[in-house]
Amino acid sequence: MTQLLLFNVFNGLIVGAFYALMALGLSLILNLSGIINFAHGGFLALGAYLAYTLIPWIGFWGALIVAPLLTAALGLVVERVLIRPLYGGDPLYSLLLTFGLAYIFEDLSRLVWGAQGLPFAVPRWLTTPLSSQFFFLTGYRLFMIAIVAVAVGGLFAILGYTRLGMRIRAGTRDLDTVATLGVNTRLLRSLNFGLGIYIAGLAGVLAAGLLGLSPTIGSSLIMPSFVAIIVGGLGSLLGTLLGGLLIGVASGLTAVFLPAAQEAIIYVMMGLVLLARPRGLLGEEGRLH
Amino acid sequence: MTPAARRIVDLAVWAALATMPFWMAAIGGYTELATRIVVMGLAAMALNFLLGFTGVLSFGHAAYFGLGAYGAAMGIKYLGLGTLPALALSVVVATLAAALIGALIVRRRGVYFAMVTIAFGQVFYFIAFRWNSVTGGDDGLTGWHRLPIDFGRATLDIYGNDRAFYYFALAIFALSVGAMALLLNAPFGRTLLAIRENERRARFLGLPVERHIWLSFVVSCFFVSVAGGLFALLNNFTDPRALRFDLSGNLVIMAVLGGMRAFWGPLIGAAVFVALQDYVSSHTENWMSVIGLVFVLVVRFFPRGVLGALRGGAAA
Repeated sequence: MTQLLLFNVFNGLIVGAFYALMALGLSLILNLSGIINFAHGGFLALGAYLAYTLIPWIGFWGALIVAPLLTAALGLVVERVLIRPLYGGDPLYSLLLTFGLAYIFEDLSRLVWGAQGLPFAVPRWLTTPLSSQFFFLTGYRLFMIAIVAVAVGGLFAILGYTRLGMRIRAGTRDLDTVATLGVNTRLLRSLNFGLGIYIAGLAGVLAAGLLGLSPTIGSSLIMPSFVAIIVGGLGSLLGTLLGGLLIGVASGLTAVFLPAAQEAIIYVMMGLVLLARPRGLLGEEGRLH
Repeated sequence: MTPAARRIVDLAVWAALATMPFWMAAIGGYTELATRIVVMGLAAMALNFLLGFTGVLSFGHAAYFGLGAYGAAMGIKYLGLGTLPALALSVVVATLAAALIGALIVRRRGVYFAMVTIAFGQVFYFIAFRWNSVTGGDDGLTGWHRLPIDFGRATLDIYGNDRAFYYFALAIFALSVGAMALLLNAPFGRTLLAIRENERRARFLGLPVERHIWLSFVVSCFFVSVAGGLFALLNNFTDPRALRFDLSGNLVIMAVLGGMRAFWGPLIGAAVFVALQDYVSSHTENWMSVIGLVFVLVVRFFPRGVLGALRGGAAA
């Protein structure tokens, strides 16, 4: 029983890490540009499929580096062509546009890579269990946690210690003032969008190694990411991270006791948070309401 | 629009709806498609009560549509109810859910409201998806069908006769749409418009904004669940897709595509969308791309919808 519990908590943490990675990218874009990127899951799936295609050529490690970059590059194009004209307008339209993009992404990945799930090869030494008692502690799972930790650490370092990060944080507070001070806010929004998409692409590659590849891999992760943002608190990236991990673990634990409710539980948690603490765990009062 | 012009438009819409089963075949459709247009039109108009006339961005209406669908299906299958009582039951259940959830989210605005509504909708999706023994799970709820309505002296065979069901659905559509029009023209509806135009000013005037938004949400979900119930009756079937978030998005694009500032806009949008979906999905497997493209094109080139564009500069 203890082992089952441990396994599910651990698994929940990993799934939660995906939610968190995805939600962090969504949060970045939402905080600076006021846009909910419904196509985020589509970008995640694209990162995963690109890695699948690239692995025979440049290997797993090469794909882990290149696929997210390619995804981010496409993200920059989409931002420039489709999303930029909608900044500052009614959020209804950016929602609808990215919603439509999500349809197109899912359908195109089905067209290009097929509707069937695909096997995703990760280096063999990563998939062997490290311990016979705790069979679930494969190298890949630990490796994934390490990569996620590095990615999240890197993101917070960029935001905390670089000029770009400082501008993003400032723009999140008051973009007009940042623009008045001479910052190119168009470029800022583009880079910020690209950064968010890069993280989605990275999450896609990692997720494919664990869950396998299917066209719906992105759309199954997007709703929990919303929940992570709402539970963690709007406007707080730390909250988003915490929210993601929290709902992942909650879902993992529920899978032990009431498997049928493992998905529904996170929405119940969201309801409870909205009831008891409407701004979310670490959210600031009065932001983006 | 002058009152006279408005009356002409109303008459034209009702005339088209009243005769639709008779000319649908001539333009390549069929009676069931006509019924689907009426049902989805009702759903989109109900959503627009909140979206277009209160200015609140709800992306989670599929939840209440689906609750209506499952309510009607389960009422007939498990409780042995007649068609109308089952429909009434489904609407009560969905409206109660909307009243509860509405109370939780009524202070959220804009994108945040959209995010919360769409996420909440997923609870019902997963319940329907997972609770196999009751809901049929992913395969949907089968083994039931709509029942003929017994009026004492006469029976309306809405089960055996597609056209009879069309007119049954149209009658409910007419009642619902009439009720919404009355509400919108009443002081209540005017208050909603005031909130849409300038929430802060409405608040300063002493209007209870939250209570009105909550009421508008509940009214909107009430009528959306009527449409959901009709949808299940139309198909003699329902499955979790009736609850899933993509349906919410489709309802919003119907409203926008037709023109969300016009009363009949969402009906037009629903007609175009449903017909297009029907046509495209029978011709290509990649209908999702086409639908996605419709979203993108509408946003980029047609943001005020068919009726908004027809009206030209005079934005409502």
